[in-house]
Amino acid sequence: MMWLTWRQFRTQAIVAAAGLAAAAIVLLVSGVSLADKFHASIAGCAAHGSCAQLAGNFLQSLRGSSYQAVALVITVLIYVAPALIGVFWGAPLITREIETGTLRLTWTQSVTRTRWLAVKVGSIGLVAMASAGLLALMASWWINPVYEASMKANARADALYRLSPPEFGVNGIAPIGYAAFGFALGLTLGVLIRRTLPAMAATLAVFAGIQVGWPQLIRPHLLTPLRSSMQITAANIDSLMMGGPSSHTMIVTAAFHKPGAWILSRQAVNAAGRPFTGPPTKACESGGIQACNASISRLHLRQIVTYQPGSRYWAFQWYETAIFVAVALLLVWFCYWRVSRRRLT
Amino acid sequence: MTVVLESRALSKRYGKRPGLTDCTLSIPAGRIAGLVGPNGAGKTTLLNLAVGLLAPTSGTIEVLGGTPASSSEQLARVGFVAQDTPTYAGLTVADHLKLGARMNPGWDAKLATHRIESLRLDPRQRAGKLSGGQRAQLALTLAIAKRPEFLVLDEPVASLDPLARREFLQGLMEATVEQELSVLISSHLVADLERVCDYLILLTDSRVLLAGDVDDLLATHRLLTGPRRDKAALPAQWQIISESHTDRQSTLLVRAADPVTDPAWAVDQISMEDLVLAYMSKAAITPDRNRTLEVQR
Repeated sequence: MMWLTWRQFRTQAIVAAAGLAAAAIVLLVSGVSLADKFHASIAGCAAHGSCAQLAGNFLQSLRGSSYQAVALVITVLIYVAPALIGVFWGAPLITREIETGTLRLTWTQSVTRTRWLAVKVGSIGLVAMASAGLLALMASWWINPVYEASMKANARADALYRLSPPEFGVNGIAPIGYAAFGFALGLTLGVLIRRTLPAMAATLAVFAGIQVGWPQLIRPHLLTPLRSSMQITAANIDSLMMGGPSSHTMIVTAAFHKPGAWILSRQAVNAAGRPFTGPPTKACESGGIQACNASISRLHLRQIVTYQPGSRYWAFQWYETAIFVAVALLLVWFCYWRVSRRRLT
Repeated sequence: MTVVLESRALSKRYGKRPGLTDCTLSIPAGRIAGLVGPNGAGKTTLLNLAVGLLAPTSGTIEVLGGTPASSSEQLARVGFVAQDTPTYAGLTVADHLKLGARMNPGWDAKLATHRIESLRLDPRQRAGKLSGGQRAQLALTLAIAKRPEFLVLDEPVASLDPLARREFLQGLMEATVEQELSVLISSHLVADLERVCDYLILLTDSRVLLAGDVDDLLATHRLLTGPRRDKAALPAQWQIISESHTDRQSTLLVRAADPVTDPAWAVDQISMEDLVLAYMSKAAITPDRNRTLEVQR
């Protein structure tokens, strides 16, 4: 059974191994030079107390560089990999055998169909998880200088924190869970739909939906977010949006600097504690920035911030990995049940 | 008498569509049993139930005393050549033999290689590039070399030309004699099976119409020609399968255990093909069937 699994899977395995090797070479070469660059940028900064400044300069220097391109490619790759695993490894696993009729050949050899499924799903699933884990490990190592610089630097728009999306999904161990889930999802939809192309399309659609919805709707609530309240002053306003002349709205936010934190929401409230959305002050409608900021300051607004602190990074990683692996196991169990009930041919 | 396949009130439905209805069968061991019936009669359903690819909706089926496909031991005892003889298009002939060796503890490697050689199949050729006849032979080799006690074949010759048909059936005959196999083979053409079968099962409209030893069936069915007679005037123990009348003459197909002694009748032997056709046209004009046709109209 192992032999047949390998014989049928070897082309995909070679493609995956080649892809991993190519990624490893690129990440190794570019990662070593990125780490060197980072260490050179902040060398001796502790003695001068200029670490925040130098780390900021380092982040600034990455803009438009080839490193940014590598980061983009690797991010896309790690996000797409579990979907590809589901679409090309999971979905066709059973549907292709149904379509070519070979299931009737394989399932009448002296190997029970549940054993057939266990060997196939076990081995290919583990390869999928190992590939995703390896890729994420390499990516985590590669991007580490950027995370370190972001933690050292003062609040910057280009700071990257590993807990915030999209960073969270491309490092640590969560990609292992995504790969297991993607594979099991493809397998399950294949078992249910029984035709390769529709199963592939459904896998892609469902996986993409979960990938988009999850970080917005579910992940923030895995642990209760922290709340922080702060005075909005002329000095800390970092964005101001006003509607048209007749809409009377003004949205104001203040800088919230907590390195590593994943900010979920920022809401201005007035002295009575009600959400503040306008109307704009006179100074803001007509005057300059200075006068406008000063006028906002006089409104005595506060900002309520909900966020997940950076220290919860590993807790989130473990929770997320455990959830996705558990769902994958449930799906596999369902397929196992379905296959043993002989509903397929 | 040992039995290779025993079913009781076996039924399989695909949603509302019946695949097989109330099938009670007992196929004796050591026979080559032919399963005949028109397309869509339920032959594939019965065979898939026999090898455990399908589970019954109701009723029971036992093959070699066990539930089909219930364990690897049970699977090892039954060989199966599925309809359209599926093989892995991307795998070579040698790969298929390796597959058979890896997935069957009782694999007879010598037998397999010998068969492939005598068929002059190139081991390095991909199965997708084989002709229909060669692919069927490869599938048969896989099924035989696992050394089953019971071999099930689902329309293995349907897509083959007459020469490949003959070669395939010949190979099957040789293997059954050498290995003392019991065989269940289906076809929608009686002519294919006439030469190889000694047991016959006729399936029409998902029901078993006729099952029995071929010699017995041929010995008890007679084609009678004689002066025109009323049905009421015929001996009560005769089972009339088909009748046709002209003004002066009657032609009957009857099933009767005792010889026909009345000298007014000219008695003829009937071929298996005519027998099957007579039963099938009888089934087609039963009142039950007429009603459904009217409803459809």
